[in-house]
Amino acid sequence: MSLNRYESQVRGPLVVGDKDYHQITEDICRPVEARPSKLWWVGFIISLGLLLFGVVSIYMDVTYGIGQWNLNKTIGWGWDITNFVWWVGIGHAGTLISAILLLFRQGWRTGVNRAAEAMTIFAVMCAGQFPIWHMGRVWNAFFVAPYPNTRGPLWVNFNSPLLWDVFAISTYFTVSLLFWYSGLLPDLATLRDRAKLKWRKLFYGVASFGWTGSTKHWQRHEALSLVLAGLATPLVLSVHTIVSFDFATSVIPGWHTTIFPPYFVAGAVFSGFAMVQTLLLVTRKVLNLEEYITIEHIDVMNKIIVLTGSIVGIAYLTELFIAWYSHVEYEWFAFKENRVNLTSPYGWAYYLMMGCNVLSPQIFWFRKMRRNLLVTFFMSILVNIGMWFERFVIIVTSIYRDYLPSSWSTYYSPSIWEIGFYMGTFGLFFTCYFLFSKFFPVIAMAEIKHILKRSGDNFKEGMTKDENETLEEFEHENAHH
Amino acid sequence: MAIKKFITGNFYDEAVLFPAVKKVRRAGYKIHDVYTPFPIHGLDKELGMKDTDLHIAGFIYGITGTTVAISFIGWALALDWQINFGGKPFFSLPAWIPIMFELTVLFSAVGMVLTFCWLCQLAPFVKKDHFNPRSTDDTFVMAIECTDKTNEAEAIAFLESAGAKDVQVQNRETGWWFGRYDRDSVVFGKKVAAV
Repeated sequence: MSLNRYESQVRGPLVVGDKDYHQITEDICRPVEARPSKLWWVGFIISLGLLLFGVVSIYMDVTYGIGQWNLNKTIGWGWDITNFVWWVGIGHAGTLISAILLLFRQGWRTGVNRAAEAMTIFAVMCAGQFPIWHMGRVWNAFFVAPYPNTRGPLWVNFNSPLLWDVFAISTYFTVSLLFWYSGLLPDLATLRDRAKLKWRKLFYGVASFGWTGSTKHWQRHEALSLVLAGLATPLVLSVHTIVSFDFATSVIPGWHTTIFPPYFVAGAVFSGFAMVQTLLLVTRKVLNLEEYITIEHIDVMNKIIVLTGSIVGIAYLTELFIAWYSHVEYEWFAFKENRVNLTSPYGWAYYLMMGCNVLSPQIFWFRKMRRNLLVTFFMSILVNIGMWFERFVIIVTSIYRDYLPSSWSTYYSPSIWEIGFYMGTFGLFFTCYFLFSKFFPVIAMAEIKHILKRSGDNFKEGMTKDENETLEEFEHENAHH
Repeated sequence: MAIKKFITGNFYDEAVLFPAVKKVRRAGYKIHDVYTPFPIHGLDKELGMKDTDLHIAGFIYGITGTTVAISFIGWALALDWQINFGGKPFFSLPAWIPIMFELTVLFSAVGMVLTFCWLCQLAPFVKKDHFNPRSTDDTFVMAIECTDKTNEAEAIAFLESAGAKDVQVQNRETGWWFGRYDRDSVVFGKKVAAV
């Protein structure tokens, strides 16, 4: 026992309830093997309804064009790109938990990584919708692919941040999917070996790729996970950096700033963790997984929220200071008149953003608040609203008054179809998440079993006992071995 | 493939498994494989396995991705169809770094996963045999391959003395094939306490 003692004694156990390996399998497979509850059906049907709203909205968009969205000459990017950036950001916490924390050997990630990775994949699926449908003539979407064509061949512009986005998002989606699915294989094999119904045997038999748990396979699997984590870590930073380049490489006051890449990445992690909290607080309650996703997990994630929220806050202030310090009058105007001025058309959005993202997370400096489920849930929603407004403020308040006062926009507010499209992506996201929680284990069983012996509550107790041992007792015990 | 005879034993604790592996190997038995529900660090070394070279393959795929990206973009924009984008040089390397990076990661990740599946012979519809379905749940199952010289009774007794539970002789086809999981099994019926 003492050989493995790199778990901190002050940190609580990561798995509580005195579990053994079989019990872990039972607990985590139960929701998959049982019939879905009434609550599940209610949630699932609501999600499907939202998804349908989204489908109708997209139908309207394709039929009548993106003028349907109340976009105008000045505001060419409105809710659509706001939602795109927001959804991509949501995905980032999943990769952070699964990849970066794997590299840092953070044992607590094992309780939450599976659900967070699933969240990443669904969020990126939602994000990808926006640029695609924003093209208007979506049947020409394949133009973004560099293929030998009948126009020359005229190649796509590899110097354009919008094309970087295409590569970044599709790579991010692919790598996240591979990472998630390769991690699922052992757990799907467990479900396959437990299956009693014929369709289950077939489904999990196919899905688990014939995984056996051979030592050689585990060895390669570990190497694979580690390298994929090593690849995903710079990838996740690059993705939001590239998304920020969509703005930062332009010459629009309010967008053209070098702080964007780190600021966007921090914001993405911030909003992503808030979404993980929202999902996991519900999941652990509904599926009775409180012993695996403990208060300890909620606590550390809240610490990350207060850290990234503060980074974002510093970025807001830096941006503001530099706008003033640079003596670029257009830049300063964008900040002073379009954002900070509360009486300007979108001043309210700026203060909403500041309140939700910078001030409210500071409550998590208090341990009591970090470990309060209601406060955490409320905050997670608040942060997501705030982060949505951050993207809205960046996009809309920078472009609704451009260099030419005669073309300054009247107040832009979204149409029902633009709102419907956004709601539709919520539908897509939650439909996918409900199906995932029904058919796949929401917690990585194999990884939980792997950390059980050195972070379960049994081990913690033993450790506390060892630590409190006096020297005489220790020598006495050793003499007997 | 040939039908082979295996002697299998379950272990319930890593602390018992490790010395047992050592003992069994020292006694000269050939361990076919040990099946575990989660990765056990050090077990591969204990079994005398070589480290995997999967990460080297990943590196090679990665640099292939970089090379493909730079050569293709360079050819397309600087040679095949030159267009002046805002006065930038045709060969504008810094602007290509994001895509070069993305393709490096993409090639490496996809290549590694495919290589992993190929090396382990994992694919949809492939079903392999792993002696005891509980090895994906809570036990570590050691399978010893019998040869002509193996005395079964002796080997069973030896494995039991090393700490294995319910030791059995099983006949199996080696390698991988389709559809072997449909056999009935009730091993999950009862709860087993941790050791």
